[in-house]
Amino acid sequence: MAEIPTPYTAGKPALKESAEQLRDRIPGWGVDLDPADRPSFPREQPGIQTGAHWDFPERQPEEWPRERSIEHAFLTPVFGTSTPPAGLSGAIRKYAYARFSEGRAAHWLLLIAADRVDAWEHHLGSFATLRPDNPVTETGVLSEFSGHGVRSRFGQKRADVNHQWMDPLIVGGPWVLAGLGAVAAVRGLRRAAGARR
Amino acid sequence: MRAMVYRGPYKVRVEEKDIPRIEHPNDAVVRVTTGAICGSDLHLYHGMMPDTRVGMTFGHEFVGVVHEVGPSVQNLAVGDRVMVPFNVYCGSCYFCSRGLYSNCHNVNPNATAVGGIYGYSHTCGGYDGGQAEFVRVPFADVGPAKIPDWMDEEDAVLLTDALPTGYFGAQLGDIVEGDTVVVFGAGPVGLFAAKSAWLMGAGRVIVIDHLEYRLEKARSFAHAETYNFVEYDDIVVHLKKATDYLGADVVIDAVGAEADGNFLQHVTGTKLKLQGGSPIALNWAIDSVRKGGTVSVVGAYGPIFSAVKFGDAVNKGLTLRMNQCPVKRQWPRLFEHVRNGYLKPSDIVTHRIPLEHISEGYHIFSAKLDDCIKPLIVSTAA
Repeated sequence: MAEIPTPYTAGKPALKESAEQLRDRIPGWGVDLDPADRPSFPREQPGIQTGAHWDFPERQPEEWPRERSIEHAFLTPVFGTSTPPAGLSGAIRKYAYARFSEGRAAHWLLLIAADRVDAWEHHLGSFATLRPDNPVTETGVLSEFSGHGVRSRFGQKRADVNHQWMDPLIVGGPWVLAGLGAVAAVRGLRRAAGARR
Repeated sequence: MRAMVYRGPYKVRVEEKDIPRIEHPNDAVVRVTTGAICGSDLHLYHGMMPDTRVGMTFGHEFVGVVHEVGPSVQNLAVGDRVMVPFNVYCGSCYFCSRGLYSNCHNVNPNATAVGGIYGYSHTCGGYDGGQAEFVRVPFADVGPAKIPDWMDEEDAVLLTDALPTGYFGAQLGDIVEGDTVVVFGAGPVGLFAAKSAWLMGAGRVIVIDHLEYRLEKARSFAHAETYNFVEYDDIVVHLKKATDYLGADVVIDAVGAEADGNFLQHVTGTKLKLQGGSPIALNWAIDSVRKGGTVSVVGAYGPIFSAVKFGDAVNKGLTLRMNQCPVKRQWPRLFEHVRNGYLKPSDIVTHRIPLEHISEGYHIFSAKLDDCIKPLIVSTAA
């Protein structure tokens, strides 16, 4: 009869290698063996020295109405000032923060929706600037040539090749549709102008 | 200054921006000399993280030189070479004063469920990051540290997130001598978690991934046993057989929310955004750990719900441990290990990308081209 596997009896499985063998093979094996002598142990250490020389930090000036989670009692004394909310995406974001707590799915789904609106606000807005968005250069897709795109993917047993074909459709599809829409709109305007003549 | 800016999912470019200014008395402005793209930046790049705004500069792994300090800064001076933990934290709130730096309550108005992180969306506080020539560093007396003279700058960059997070992942596993440790993910954090598990006395370390070049690195760098999950009909069953049907004592999820391995979960979570990413790595961790074992999660997950097999975790009596790493608490021990030669973080660096080529850097890292494991960013202001 075959030997009974480990979990069906009380014994522990035998180690493949002894501590001595592991120490010989792996530099530093076991130097942090004692769980009580590892960094950030215990997890909470009241009174830990952090370098702070204040009980409560001085407040950073609020230069525009800073959106905040309604789970906070007030605006935190320090905050990031990158990219203030603007436009329709900004309005959606402000609503998500003002109306829904972090515990509500609506809070996060509105923020994700605002991210998509934000991207298209900027894509469309960029065409009124000297540096319009360029999906070719901004996606870095030309590195497919310098980065061995074919060799890296094929014959490699990679799981992500199953879905990577979707990426150009997800990234480029909306641009193609927008381009076709623009062409159709121009043609329609021309036809309308021709009909009036 | 030149800075990477986000232009929408899968799109980034370099633009001219104003040099950051002192906005709070304890701020510093740091001139970045070396930065990095982190695997968790890819979640932002793919549009997974709520409130990631067009125009934001990413980057939470960077080192540099102090360019300017606010009036209350005592511990740093202009010209100091500094390494900056990825956590933005105040050092004085309920959480910081107990050592939970990554859970600071005073720096992120946008959310209470996560602390502050440089360049990691407004969900993490709305701070511009270090994939730029200059970066604002709040609480300069608390977060940054001077880079020791003996430390290589590339090692220092990896000590701002990837290495401490990997070590922390192993630590959260509460490894005891002889434990069998499985690490899902052979990216930088997974490699460091595997390497760190040995330091804590693991008897066997197994790394799972689907990219052969990363598994090769797991063997050569982290001395690990490796399995490519693509080669097995069911990696969980394989791991059970490999552990004599017991399961691993400790499993570390170093993958996070965009796991491959289940086509349906990846498409619904990552492509269609119908859940907060693909939790297959976490589910595999729950399935492949032994009853009564520990699952440690240091892979990045966002705030949106995911289909996690929580019932199995309950019924197996698992301990689930997780957090963002409180980097500065890890540093003294990790500095020792680097100095003693037990850890050489920069051994995993494969690419050094000029800031001006950031779009290509992101694509190469995201698509896993050119055997990319860890790309650093070389600043034009260096």
